[in-house]
Amino acid sequence: MNRIKSFFQRSGQPSSREAAKQRLQLVLVHDRNQIEPGMLELIKDEIIAVISKHLDVDRNSVQVNFTESERESKLVADIPLSSKRQTRK
Amino acid sequence: MPARVITVTSGKGGVGKTTTTANVGVALALLGKRVACMDADIGLRNLDVVLGLENRILYDVVDVIEGRCRLRQALIKDKRLSELYLLPASQKRDKSAVKPDDLIQLCNELRPEFDFVLIDSAAGIEEGFKTAVAPADEVIIVTNPEVSAVRDADRVVGLIEAAEKGPARLIVNRLKPGLVQRGDMLDTSDVLDILAIDLIGIVPEDESVLISTNRGNPAALEEKSEAGKSFRNIARRLTGEDVPFESFKNQGGLFGRLSRMLRRDGRAA
Repeated sequence: MNRIKSFFQRSGQPSSREAAKQRLQLVLVHDRNQIEPGMLELIKDEIIAVISKHLDVDRNSVQVNFTESERESKLVADIPLSSKRQTRK
Repeated sequence: MPARVITVTSGKGGVGKTTTTANVGVALALLGKRVACMDADIGLRNLDVVLGLENRILYDVVDVIEGRCRLRQALIKDKRLSELYLLPASQKRDKSAVKPDDLIQLCNELRPEFDFVLIDSAAGIEEGFKTAVAPADEVIIVTNPEVSAVRDADRVVGLIEAAEKGPARLIVNRLKPGLVQRGDMLDTSDVLDILAIDLIGIVPEDESVLISTNRGNPAALEEKSEAGKSFRNIARRLTGEDVPFESFKNQGGLFGRLSRMLRRDGRAA
């Protein structure tokens, strides 16, 4: 059924219903936590600064985001390390 | 048992608070409950016209609070249902004329006389909203399946929790089942996922609400109105009955359109 539905949907775009839900979920994370614009970038930069003191962080791949389930918010940071081979001495 | 005081609110305006208050009030009275519907939207009186009682008003809620009349004199008895009463808002004054403590005291006076006191809140999250919520034992949030209404409802959910009046329960109003099936409207399940509160009712978009409101006869009085049926189900759930939620599955298709057409003709005849 879903496949039939998506067949009729314009050019593989998600339905406007899906779009509405996703946009709401994102905007509500910000509303609920009173997050100012730019705050996530700031948090990300500061996390990188702290971790980099100890580990070699792949700065361009770091992701910091909010997730939400049942009105509980989480801050999730994905911090890949640089893929340099560590050679033991 | 003293009345349960239930405040109907929404954050966003125009989602159907007053229509819901009137129709759920009517539906509770149809079940034989003693119901007082209070219009707490001071300065923007509307519950009276939706209930069709606008010609009977002598005194309003501000007159009671300021001692110009007794509560009993301001209560307007419904012309159809002997157990339904309206306490109208003042049209000339503004929100500042009624304080939270005034409404708490007013409700304490109403509690022994009724089974339900339904309070129609002002839109927004400021003074009028806070006043309407102050006396509430329970809160119902009305929303529409649209981004702006759901966002505002979420704000209200948080404020109700903070005021320790929660958990509020939700009515999804003006759902268009055909649009949902086409993938172009949030479904009730989506709204519930987002707001994470309990549902008390789903009311489909239905022309009969507008038409019956034009005449001052709430749709809940109409046997065949889809929305009226949903409002009656909400009343039954409020009294503790376990009524399954409507699914409106056929409404969008040809069958739904046909049956709606037939129903319209039936009413016009």
